[in-house]
Amino acid sequence: MFALVDCNSFYASCERVFRPDLEKRPVVVLSNNDGCVVALSKEAKSLGIKMCDPWFKIKKDYKQQGGIAFSSNYELYADISSRIMDILEQLAPRIEIYSIDEAFLDLSGIDSCVNLDAFGHQCLMTIKKWTGMPVSVGIGPTKTLAKVASYGAKKYPQTKGVVDLSSKERQKKLLKLMPVEEVWGVGRKLHQHLNKIGVTNAYQLAQLDLNYIRKRFNVVLAKTARELRGEVCIDLEEQPSTKKQIVVSRTFSRRVTDLNLLNEAVSDYAARAAVKLRREKQTCKLLSVFIRTNPFRKQDTQHREIFSVPFILPTNDSRDLIKAAREGMSQIFRKDLQYNKAGIMLSDFYDEGVYQLDLFNPQERKELDKNLMGLIDKVNTTNLGPITFLAQGIKKEWSMKREMQSPRYTTNWNDLLKVN
Amino acid sequence: MNVKNLGHLADVNKSTIKIPIFTEKVKVGWPSPADDYIERPIDLNEYLVNNTAATYLVRASGDSMVNAGINDGAILVVDRSLEAQHGKIVIASVSGAYACKRLQLYPKPLLLSENIKYPPIEIKEEEDLEIMGVVLAAINQF
Repeated sequence: MFALVDCNSFYASCERVFRPDLEKRPVVVLSNNDGCVVALSKEAKSLGIKMCDPWFKIKKDYKQQGGIAFSSNYELYADISSRIMDILEQLAPRIEIYSIDEAFLDLSGIDSCVNLDAFGHQCLMTIKKWTGMPVSVGIGPTKTLAKVASYGAKKYPQTKGVVDLSSKERQKKLLKLMPVEEVWGVGRKLHQHLNKIGVTNAYQLAQLDLNYIRKRFNVVLAKTARELRGEVCIDLEEQPSTKKQIVVSRTFSRRVTDLNLLNEAVSDYAARAAVKLRREKQTCKLLSVFIRTNPFRKQDTQHREIFSVPFILPTNDSRDLIKAAREGMSQIFRKDLQYNKAGIMLSDFYDEGVYQLDLFNPQERKELDKNLMGLIDKVNTTNLGPITFLAQGIKKEWSMKREMQSPRYTTNWNDLLKVN
Repeated sequence: MNVKNLGHLADVNKSTIKIPIFTEKVKVGWPSPADDYIERPIDLNEYLVNNTAATYLVRASGDSMVNAGINDGAILVVDRSLEAQHGKIVIASVSGAYACKRLQLYPKPLLLSENIKYPPIEIKEEEDLEIMGVVLAAINQF
């Protein structure tokens, strides 16, 4: 048996944890640079706000209706998320962290000795009490059915947030109520094709002939159909698979024409990516830099370009990556254009320690470099940091706007909740 | 007041940095006779925190709880996982904001301040009382 624990409107709910006054009020969270809505509470939804609505368009009406908006506060969200995952690890023998606000639990071993519905409520209540986060719990014999159950738990308030799909009868009932596009793994394109052949709900998909699905669609969808029938095809992934690439990109707070500022930005992204790469104990052999102008400003000359810089030897040294990022930028930058986004991507990964010997860079030197990077990473986890490279810039004029950000209640001494 | 020395403190914020004091220097020469006695330094977190996932730090503001030993600016260690019992100091939601008060459940539910200047807050309906957590410790800095 599997359970899916899924937070309800995660970002918006995080904003409520330290703000009891927001309990019944509409809450939305905005993307980088306060561009558009990336999360919204039930109350905001009922005002007609939708995901991806541009903030400048809805701002006035939304505020008049008593709504409140926040810039993304990733420090807070990450902390609440890790607390929730901690709690789940205490409750279940094996968990897979599926995203910042969802986790699958493997219930084999405990499914014979506890009532699953009661277990679901225990998860829900513990998380609510310990963190303030409302969650839904879906339980089913496969991961895909656990997702179906979670859909039901969110959709129907009378379930009180927990749906147990152990019984075939209940599976059938809910699958018939569930539109096929809501099924885990069915994308928009696939859903249109399915509708064309008359498949509109999840139950119809489960009933399709597997060979027919393989021929007409693909093996992945056949797997989904088998999972909907209760056959386990997708197992729990406890170890997150090592990344194949790392991308760091941001939209600027304003349009940038100055090469120096662009260099600062991509150096900063390269340094951030380097930290991620070292955390994964990987090295890379390719760094790509990209920039683009604002495609929505039709009046501006448009330009988007990507340039890749290969390394002779795989590296995860911040200095190498920064140098390559600047080199790449100098290749693609064009004068007098107004750029609004830049980014870097690392790819072609190797395990740390797997490299050829280098004639010109002796082993000792390499050890020293590695120690230096390790030391910088360590210092940066403490309040002695951050140590950054001058190339990353000091003022960071290009960096994004987060004007309506809530305090970092749990990660910054200066931002602790004040109580009278 | 009697005080007792508990030993040296671990650096709470920096507990991830381990500086190997003994290992590097003993490659040559005589090993330190203290090597066998290395113990983990005392960790303040261990003393103050029972349940990491449910523990939050908040800052007290004002003098409404001074008689409970909570000064203006004190850091409060709040455990959300504990049941709020009669007589406990809690963080409760009072008209839309969190406040630190002593909880009285009988004869009638009240939130009490620990300073004569502030009158008790009545809880009219049980549903109106929303408690975030129980205060386990206050850290005052002098």
